[in-house]
Amino acid sequence: MWTVQLLNSLAFAALLFLACAGFSLIFGLMRIPNMAHGAMFLLGGYLGVAAIRLGLPFWAAVACGGVTVALLGWIIDALLLVHLRRRESAEVLVTIGVSLVIANVSLLIWGGDPLRFDPPDAFVGSLRVGHLIFPKYRLVLIAMAVALGGLLYLLIERTRIGAMVRAAVDDRDMARAVGIRVTWIFTGIFCLSCFFVGAAGVLAVPTLSVFPGLDGNILLLSLIVVIVGGAGSLIGAMIGSIVVGLLYTFGPILFPDLAYAALFLPMAIVLAIFPNGIFGKQAS
Amino acid sequence: MNRLGIWLLLLAAIALPLALRSTFYVDICTQVLIASIFAASYNILIGHARLISLGHAAAFGVGAYLVTIAAGRYGLPHPMAIAAALAGALLIAAALAAFTLRTAGIAFMMTTLALGQLLWGIAGQWVAGTGGENGLTGLRRPALLALDLESPAVFYYVILVCAVAAHFFMWRFAMSPLGALLRGARDQPTRLTALGHDVWLIRFIGLVYAGFWAAVAGVLYAYFHEFVSPQVLSVETSIEPLVMVILGGVSTVAGPIVGAAIIVLMQQVVSSYVAAWPTLLGIAMIAILMFMPGGLAASLSRLWDRARFRRIAPRG
Repeated sequence: MWTVQLLNSLAFAALLFLACAGFSLIFGLMRIPNMAHGAMFLLGGYLGVAAIRLGLPFWAAVACGGVTVALLGWIIDALLLVHLRRRESAEVLVTIGVSLVIANVSLLIWGGDPLRFDPPDAFVGSLRVGHLIFPKYRLVLIAMAVALGGLLYLLIERTRIGAMVRAAVDDRDMARAVGIRVTWIFTGIFCLSCFFVGAAGVLAVPTLSVFPGLDGNILLLSLIVVIVGGAGSLIGAMIGSIVVGLLYTFGPILFPDLAYAALFLPMAIVLAIFPNGIFGKQAS
Repeated sequence: MNRLGIWLLLLAAIALPLALRSTFYVDICTQVLIASIFAASYNILIGHARLISLGHAAAFGVGAYLVTIAAGRYGLPHPMAIAAALAGALLIAAALAAFTLRTAGIAFMMTTLALGQLLWGIAGQWVAGTGGENGLTGLRRPALLALDLESPAVFYYVILVCAVAAHFFMWRFAMSPLGALLRGARDQPTRLTALGHDVWLIRFIGLVYAGFWAAVAGVLYAYFHEFVSPQVLSVETSIEPLVMVILGGVSTVAGPIVGAAIIVLMQQVVSSYVAAWPTLLGIAMIAILMFMPGGLAASLSRLWDRARFRRIAPRG
């Protein structure tokens, strides 16, 4: 039973990593705090449900959630955030405003009951290894998180675009002077992170289902991931996701009513010892 | 605000229930007063200390929950229940301040938001303690001397006395040397440290003091509604005083009161038509930050200046 729970918590950590990697990246690298992130996850989930109801196949639903949320991110960036660059507290507050609107409009459209759909047939059922039984869908989630982590690492560290991003982050005036379109790069990375969050929202529906209040939960968990792991570090996001995933899965088993209180523990320890997070890059 | 203005405002506040026929409107005025205490406590943070907390609902909500549990469930006498609730909320505020002040700037906002969300999550989940999503009832307004507090007008006057005292003490705090230190820590933390002041301690005291008045507002809120739910610990509850203060004008005495009146009235009007209050709050917040960062008062005076300038300036 403990192995299965361990796998469950890793699957949850994978989901969390899919949702947080972009959040941590844009915050850590570009200092854009996107607090609408939990609401975008929620919206992605509802869009996925809507797409499945229209009869679209699973992967099309995932793409639909991701692309729509990325488009929304582009609109938010172009209309609001571009005017607030470098005014971080205003960015925080505006994105919180956006998240209130998204969550409330979703409630008005899709109602208050939890919604879910089944994963595609290929991922239903479980895999047997010896005497252990693993649900396939959870293994898929873990594989996707590992793949995304690898891809993001390669994108940032090994490609020309990644080099341009790092240049724009380190010295935006100099980057502009050598011909890098800094504004485009920032917008592009922002939309990419929104795409991941939206897609993660759809992927989460078969295991978590989607319901009002999910936005607040995901926002809390991603904040803890970033506080624990440190902003802007992929390794930090991964470690943070695993810590939160373990506590979030084992917490309710160990202390049924107070699972949330267990989440306080890693935060308290990290804040007391490393106020910038274990892998945090910048002094805040 | 000059002295005459204060007396006129107070007179208007006293006359209000007599002028309003319907108890519905009296109840709205009571809510404005409670919200104004909460907003003024937030003004200490955002205005005087420039600590933008996104978890200010913590002290408010814990105060509301504790008084409901102490008096409603365990039947403690009201003065004791209120004292216990305020003490408990103060402890929470102090603990949160001790953790969150390890960080600064944007990390402070994130940490306060995370800890606030954590309390919200606990309130929604801990059925035995908080009643979970269903919330808690059972708190009844006590008999105060010969007064019937269930009467909206009587309750309004009691709250008015509390609000006047709260605003007075918060104004005194802002004017005190400690208030000046808080603004010093906001503007010139390095110089203040060089002068031998402990900036961390100053901010800590500011956070705890603001937490105390937020808890007072929370206790009054619990007595007003005679019901608490996880809503009192939600992000919206943390955001509302922030919007009120920015709307009314930061670091003024009148700002939080004006902002509270506008927001509570808006909430009442909107909620009676559609369940879209968070949407409106979100849009209000975005609009204020994008178009009038100084708040309503500053925007109005700027418009006024512009209009006057147009009259005086020769066209050409």
